[in-house]
Amino acid sequence: MAMPATAVSDRIAELLPPGGFPLGLIDADGQPTDAGGVLNPPPPEALLELHRRMVVGRRFDTQATALARQGRLAVYPSSRGQEACQIGVALALREQDWLFPTYRDSVAVLTRGVGGVEVLSMMRGEWHCGYDPYEHRVAPQCTPLATNALHAVGLAHAARLKGEDTVALVLLGDGATSEGDTHEALNFAGVWNAPVVFLVQNNGYAISVPLSKQTAAPALACKGVGYGVPSLLVDGNDAAAVFAAVRCAVERATAGGGPTFIEALTYRVDAHTSADDPTRYRDDAEVQAWLTRDPLARLEKHLRATGLLDDERARAVQEEAEQVAAEAREGLSAEVEVDPAALFEHVYAEPTENLLEQRARLLDELAEEEQS
Amino acid sequence: MTATLEPRTAGTRPGTEPGPAGTAAAPRPVTMAGALNTALADALAADPRVVVFGEDVGTLGGVFRVTDGLAARFGAERVFDTPLAESAIIGTAIGMAMNGLVPVVEMQFDAFAYPAFEQITSHLAKMRNRTRGRVALPVVVRVPYGGGIGGVEHHCDSSEAYYAHTPGLRVVTPATPADAYRLLRQSIECPDPVVFLEPKRRYWAKETAPLTADGPAIDRAVVRRSGTDVTVVTYGGTVGTALEAAEAAAGEGWDVEVVDLRSLAPFDDATVAESVRRTGRALVVHEAQGFAGYGAEVAARLTERCFHHLEAPILRVTGLDVPYPPPKLEQHHLPTVDRILDAIDRLQWDDEPERFEGTGEGRA
Repeated sequence: MAMPATAVSDRIAELLPPGGFPLGLIDADGQPTDAGGVLNPPPPEALLELHRRMVVGRRFDTQATALARQGRLAVYPSSRGQEACQIGVALALREQDWLFPTYRDSVAVLTRGVGGVEVLSMMRGEWHCGYDPYEHRVAPQCTPLATNALHAVGLAHAARLKGEDTVALVLLGDGATSEGDTHEALNFAGVWNAPVVFLVQNNGYAISVPLSKQTAAPALACKGVGYGVPSLLVDGNDAAAVFAAVRCAVERATAGGGPTFIEALTYRVDAHTSADDPTRYRDDAEVQAWLTRDPLARLEKHLRATGLLDDERARAVQEEAEQVAAEAREGLSAEVEVDPAALFEHVYAEPTENLLEQRARLLDELAEEEQS
Repeated sequence: MTATLEPRTAGTRPGTEPGPAGTAAAPRPVTMAGALNTALADALAADPRVVVFGEDVGTLGGVFRVTDGLAARFGAERVFDTPLAESAIIGTAIGMAMNGLVPVVEMQFDAFAYPAFEQITSHLAKMRNRTRGRVALPVVVRVPYGGGIGGVEHHCDSSEAYYAHTPGLRVVTPATPADAYRLLRQSIECPDPVVFLEPKRRYWAKETAPLTADGPAIDRAVVRRSGTDVTVVTYGGTVGTALEAAEAAAGEGWDVEVVDLRSLAPFDDATVAESVRRTGRALVVHEAQGFAGYGAEVAARLTERCFHHLEAPILRVTGLDVPYPPPKLEQHHLPTVDRILDAIDRLQWDDEPERFEGTGEGRA
């Protein structure tokens, strides 16, 4: 075993989140802040695009919650309040990169280019995934926590073996960092030097369980360090910071620098899902406090203060958002027929004899029902 | 994960030299481990998308030497050791398959595959269905399974029922060296995920036969021995036991047919039912514990399809419903020739239903 060239403590210092506090570029009042030179402020056009997509994303999210209340969706897990993460991540990735989202990341998936109706097809109960993952390089929204982190590492490692310039980014929640797969994924990514980005949206709650009951770590960002993965802690309600942090991680991965672990500190403003009652586990005062740090309001303030956004553009963006919501509303209000025969179609590449038998029996049953 | 305690027979070289890939020369004796090694080498040579990885499969060549020499021949980018985490081995294989590779991964021992259960059952098995056929995962999960090698706890489980119960997975298990080669090549070619169960106690069994992927398809059972009186349905490690029992039974006047399932999922109803309709009696033999075991499915399917041809209830000869025994007791657990003969004897040859002592209940 060769002696390490640098002391362990030096190496740890290199990996630790700089400063030990959430890095930001725009504060809650819309004022520019110093991210300690770690993050590069995005150019004006990128800020405007972040704003536009956040307005659209929030409207889409509100619409989806409404559709769940109306029974048009079986359930919907809102990402309200997390738009800086949802949009910052989706826009920072390049076309050739892959996004591995969870069930709460519908807005990120939408922003990546997947149609609104296709995104919500799963929540509508139509099929488990309503889009072609290869079309926009978006994996199916993952429900079992942290399991998709390993898929991201595998895909990224394969890209490296094939000599492709592709980075995979996996979205995780604070609760998911307690799952073994998060740790196995960080370890494999570190050992393989895989071009992968772990982004944890620390929104304070795993359904009802607060972060204080989830971990004793000083910050979730510390969890990358033990695996040799450079880690960052950013203000997850600052879209500019999230965008810049992901860009920085993608550049590192592309340059052969391997994985990055980013903790983005944010807050889940809505309930866990449309079926949850958050008054059982948190005070409204806490929610109100976080609303003053709203990611969209702060970016808008910043853009208006710097003269990048005027009423006319704001109105146009709002109109676009209404249009996206209307399309989702109309698309999901239409009744949809799901062909029962589809149950058997893709279990295997070719249906087995057993499945063909069961399919025939089901179709007979349905034909009989129709006659009676 | 627990450190691997190698059974006393592990670490020995698998029979004859693996030899160069795809040798077309006259067949020479080859062990199952050697045949598997050749299958992996031939697949790696034939398809640049194939990668082989797992714990100790690189430099060491696997604890059973099934991957012996592959890392040296194909390089560390195609055959490599991973950190010790089974969920990650399967999870990353899924991501690699999404990106166009064909991973062939090893779970070092049956019971050490359990940490990967979620990745196998929730993702590997279901991704194609989840994405309406858009994402195929042609991953092969090699699992050395079963006992009979004097292995300590966690090294001898027969875990086939867990996998066979999961739609979307193919589950196959070879019984002979030549079929091990064929099935592994077919599994690697297969667009579906395959759990490839390798009966450990047959790793060193030798056979002189050409190694070829041609022959029975991946989802077909084969009749290993023809007979007219009773069909013994079995697979993997107990095929050899059943064949021995069939020879012994011939001496007692029973002409026993032995069907080797090869594919546990999907199940080859046609081949097995044809045999049972012909013989009128059936016995299912496997090493796994019987309760809610794979044999229950076989017996149920055959009863549904062959009821009017049956002269007796279908009996099962299985492992006991106990956790896998310590080495000194495993001989009481494993199906033996005597137990198979005893079960054949109980197949109502005199048309008398057998009764459980003391209960007055017919066993049928």
